Amino acid sequence: MSGLAGVHTPYTVPLVMMDVLQVTVLVLIAAGAAAVVLIRQPVRQVVALSVYGVLLAVLFLSFQAPDVTLSALTIGAVALPVVLLLTLAKVRKPEE
Amino acid sequence: MTQAQRRWIFLFAGTGLAAFYLWGLSGLPGFGNYPGPYGPAILQIAVAQTHATGVVSAVNFLYRGFDTVGEEFILFTAATGVAVVLRHLRGERDRSAVDEAADRDVPRTSSAVRMVALVFAGPGIVVGWWLASHAQTNPSGGFQGGVVLASAFVLVYLAGEFLVFQRVSPVDLLDVVEGVGAGGFAATGLTAVFLSMPFMSDWLGLGQYPGAVSSSGTIALISFFVGLEVAAAFILIVGELLEQTLLIRQEAS
Repeated sequence: MSGLAGVHTPYTVPLVMMDVLQVTVLVLIAAGAAAVVLIRQPVRQVVALSVYGVLLAVLFLSFQAPDVTLSALTIGAVALPVVLLLTLAKVRKPEE
Repeated sequence: MTQAQRRWIFLFAGTGLAAFYLWGLSGLPGFGNYPGPYGPAILQIAVAQTHATGVVSAVNFLYRGFDTVGEEFILFTAATGVAVVLRHLRGERDRSAVDEAADRDVPRTSSAVRMVALVFAGPGIVVGWWLASHAQTNPSGGFQGGVVLASAFVLVYLAGEFLVFQRVSPVDLLDVVEGVGAGGFAATGLTAVFLSMPFMSDWLGLGQYPGAVSSSGTIALISFFVGLEVAAAFILIVGELLEQTLLIRQEAS
């Protein structure tokens, strides 16, 4: 935001619109993080965590960090939920 | 301690924490304001010095390449640790990869899921390979590319059966690929030392102009090695977890 003032960027999106996008995503992130903590059922919690991962990716994209966006998308939205789901499946299953 | 006493202690501690937190926040630099000298300096010199237009990759694999080697071996060690912890133990046996849980009805994989997984597996491999091999020109890198590659193999599991996943990702081959990836990164850095240059400095030549796929010398090579290592490590970890979930059972004692 303020750091961008005076810097010439080739993007055609007005800075005000970027501000609105960034604030919106930040609010959604806060809501998503609260949702992940407040949901008490583990499988649903993992799904919420995955959605939260997507939100984080959008946040990083809106702050012009495409590298981190890719990492957040692959790890936060896909890899971590997969590992957690597999662990839940292992823990949940009764012995025979 | 009574309930009222607890509440007073909490209020006292909570107010103190809030006060210190706000005090700390008020001392932060303004939003989006970066006071450090390194960012502007890197932006000035990176493209001319490395011929990499993906400046983040230049920072990751050259300017702070030494740290990235360490991070690389963190993942390598983590994958090794998972393989050791989740190995077959005495008193455990294999069983079929079919869900036998008694307390629930297991729905068959719907054809919609199979279809989506099949459709995305191929593009996933292409995109992952592209991300890992084009870090010098694009905002991408071996790490992201490797995880996307690994996700394509998870899609194969979703579309088919665990046995298909095992057939397309043999553990022996993955071990070799992971070793080559992690070792290749270190070897690329050490080669510079053998050529009497600083560790991790470029010895391949920068290529004709910034932004070409063949530009940036060792940055492109290292990113590719990282992609191999990360993809193999992730497929190994997911494979071990799937095996634990689906195959290995404690023998009834």
